[in-house]
Amino acid sequence: MGIKGIWKWAVAGALYFWSLAAWAEYKLNLQTPQTLLGEKIYDLHTIITVICFVIFIGVFGFMFYAVFKHRKSVGHKAAQFHENIVVEVAWTLIPAAILVAMAVPATGTLIAMRDTSEPDLTIKATGYQWKWGYDYLKGEGEGISFYSTLSTPRAQIDGRDVAGRNANPNYLLEVDNHVVVPVGKKVRVLTTAADVLHAWYVPALAVKQDAVPGFIRDTWFKAEKAGIYRGQCAELCGKDHGFMPIVVEVMEQAQYTAWASAQQKKVAAAKVDPNKTWTPEELKAHGEKVYAQNCVACHQATGMGVPGAFPALSGSKVVNGPAADQIKLVLNGKQGTAMNAFKHLSDADLAGVITYTRNSWNNKVGDATTPADIKAARN
Amino acid sequence: MEAAHAHTPGYGHDDHDAHKPSGIKRWVMSTNHKDIGTMYLWFSFSMFLVGGVMALIIRSELFQPGLQIVQPDFFNSMITYHGLIMVFGAIMPAFVGFANWLIPMQVGAPDMAFPRMNNLSFWLLPPAALLLIVAQFMPGGGAGVGWTLYAPLSTQAGPAMDLTIFAIHILGMSSIMGSINIITTILNMRAPGMTLMKMPLFCWTWLITAYLLVAVMPVLAGAVTMTLTDRHFGTHFFNAAGGGDPVLYQHIFWFFGHPEVYIIAIPAFGVVSQVIPAFSRKPLFGYASMVYATASIAILSFMVWAHHMYTAGMPVEAQLYFMYATVLIAVPTGVKVFNWVATMWRGSLTFETPMLFALGFLFLFTLGGFTGLVLSIVPVDVQLHDTYYVVAHFHYVMVAGALFSAFAGIYFWLPKWTGRMYNETLGKWHFWLSLIFFNVTFFVQHFLGLAGMPRRIPDYALQFAEFNAISSIGAWGFGLAQLLFLYIVIKTITSGEKAPEKPWEGADSLEWTHLPTPAPWHSFETPPVVK
Repeated sequence: MGIKGIWKWAVAGALYFWSLAAWAEYKLNLQTPQTLLGEKIYDLHTIITVICFVIFIGVFGFMFYAVFKHRKSVGHKAAQFHENIVVEVAWTLIPAAILVAMAVPATGTLIAMRDTSEPDLTIKATGYQWKWGYDYLKGEGEGISFYSTLSTPRAQIDGRDVAGRNANPNYLLEVDNHVVVPVGKKVRVLTTAADVLHAWYVPALAVKQDAVPGFIRDTWFKAEKAGIYRGQCAELCGKDHGFMPIVVEVMEQAQYTAWASAQQKKVAAAKVDPNKTWTPEELKAHGEKVYAQNCVACHQATGMGVPGAFPALSGSKVVNGPAADQIKLVLNGKQGTAMNAFKHLSDADLAGVITYTRNSWNNKVGDATTPADIKAARN
Repeated sequence: MEAAHAHTPGYGHDDHDAHKPSGIKRWVMSTNHKDIGTMYLWFSFSMFLVGGVMALIIRSELFQPGLQIVQPDFFNSMITYHGLIMVFGAIMPAFVGFANWLIPMQVGAPDMAFPRMNNLSFWLLPPAALLLIVAQFMPGGGAGVGWTLYAPLSTQAGPAMDLTIFAIHILGMSSIMGSINIITTILNMRAPGMTLMKMPLFCWTWLITAYLLVAVMPVLAGAVTMTLTDRHFGTHFFNAAGGGDPVLYQHIFWFFGHPEVYIIAIPAFGVVSQVIPAFSRKPLFGYASMVYATASIAILSFMVWAHHMYTAGMPVEAQLYFMYATVLIAVPTGVKVFNWVATMWRGSLTFETPMLFALGFLFLFTLGGFTGLVLSIVPVDVQLHDTYYVVAHFHYVMVAGALFSAFAGIYFWLPKWTGRMYNETLGKWHFWLSLIFFNVTFFVQHFLGLAGMPRRIPDYALQFAEFNAISSIGAWGFGLAQLLFLYIVIKTITSGEKAPEKPWEGADSLEWTHLPTPAPWHSFETPPVVK
């Protein structure tokens, strides 16, 4: 195969890749922005990329010209110049001017991006290992609070249901509870975390903000169109970092109002009477649900944990020891391990989950921890 | 390794040192800059293979959606140690190996200033590497925290984290000792007449890099020590509940981490600045401005660390400052690129393997520089931070930048080091395979990042499947191409053709003009006269 043959192949290859790129699946650019700010960022990215591309072509145009024309094999003799003040000053100053030209629109967009004042709705997003918790703090829907966990079946992830995975357009990008917001309203999102760093990232809404344990950060968006927008945790947070997506559902105002009032009723109905007396069976049944939401990722449904990484609860000394020690551990966590403090759960949740773990699998302690015990331990 | 020099004809014939030990002692007790340089390079290549296998595990898992080969914990451990081993085990020691081999020859000195310390700085590396590898087998596996070791994930990790911290302490000590040696050699052992501004640019880049290393390795040591005391001794540097701040870790880490980027890139600039003029048969364009540009980049590198943290949360004024400071780096970097192109302009170019790799460096490093410029713009970075766009960006500057430059250097100096020529045809194959597969692997990752695929995830949504499959195929091709490199080097050492006294017509630094090929055991026992 001569040089010509190689060229033919190269052109064929390039065409092949170009045709691949023409497929719908091959997304080559940022997601279509759904906010005005997102459009500005999209344009900013386009402008900068184009400027870079033009400079790139210019500089390497010179290089390839030299590569083809100033080669020894065509008999080119080397000149011996090695400096030229004029061009050296020029290629220092001109790029500097181009950079200033880039920085100006970037500055305006950045300042607009950081202006989180006067929101219509404020939502707190809390990162947990490995799910998100949402609290509607201020605005329509105040008081709504829920967790949002990956809803893709485990079998699709593990490869036991490959057909299901391939037929699932939202594989790994679906959750049980969507964050619902109204269209055209400024939504301020406060981010924080309960354990390690996470990041709240929804590409179509052009937001990404780290969630830092112990601190509050904020960002905002105003969606222009109703729809469902999907994102993921963007900061490495341990084992299931890839499995805690974010789904924002933007609704028309009327729909949102209906959703919000339904949710608020649900919250009120679900409010557990703090003075309620629980039977041990009720506690255990409630605890099983709490366990499935908070503990199962590490300690597993079997209570056997993951050897080497996460300890087994079944047969554990702590779980089978005095209840007071277990309460203390669950409340405060264990520094230097993945066992975080679970103070943020309610007394009833904690009493339930502790009762559940002490009376499940191989554990048969037989006692029941009451919400009152937890309340006492908190103080 | 032993065979490397034992088979080299003429090696050691000019040896006037009766104390040269033989066998294994020659290496363990070596105080010779060339032997130590050789060990650095072989160590680096071994680590490159270990880190490469880890990369292939990562890319194989990412070949298709779903979890096929590894579980998330192990995947996280692979991304962590792939990064640490490639940065601290492969790229940095490779350039220290070049420094050892070349600096004494290029400044006209007999050896490095502190030969025994030189021995120690090398022999600290294997135990550190061992710690990083043993960490994989600790209870709970390796620490899956990413090479940046961000707190509080790192305070939560298992015992592997402690081994990793100690490994970093040891690597830091090694780097600092190496740097002291390099600085002292360059400042005090130049031949008469070899003024600083007459030094080959490679020496300049290492002088500047060595100062960067001395400045920032203690900062990294501090950061990981704070992590260590948070883990075991009840401090709360990075724990808000105790009055600390997780973001503090990031500030300290990146105060080390950004200069680190240039610790890797600047010696690569140095190698390329030797290779391009040699094959253009023309002096380097703008030597003085190259020195000033390199120094400016080094100084600016201390002032831009928080551009790695645009989404961590900081005042808008701080974001603006870090954005402006970061785009400023494009100016001296641009000057360097323009100078290299101007060096080639109206030269008399030939394209042997070292030149090909240098041009590959120039072309792709510049591309990586441009994506860096895109990332420096805060609003755009907020979209792209922690996505595959960033992964693509830094692999363009680390692999196509630093690694390609190291390959250029190896092919360029191998004849001087061994007295034998590599096989030019195979060398070119190595270049073209590396170039093509590198781009197949990493170019498509820009698209993944733009579409919103976060980095460091073991499984991904279906819309990312096509480009991930392409990227994984590229990675395997790139990995296998490096075995060809190993074959070429071994073949050269054992049975390459004898190299001519001056294989490269245009090479003009002292090691080419004043020393026989292969270079003698002690470089200059009497200093050369530099006009």
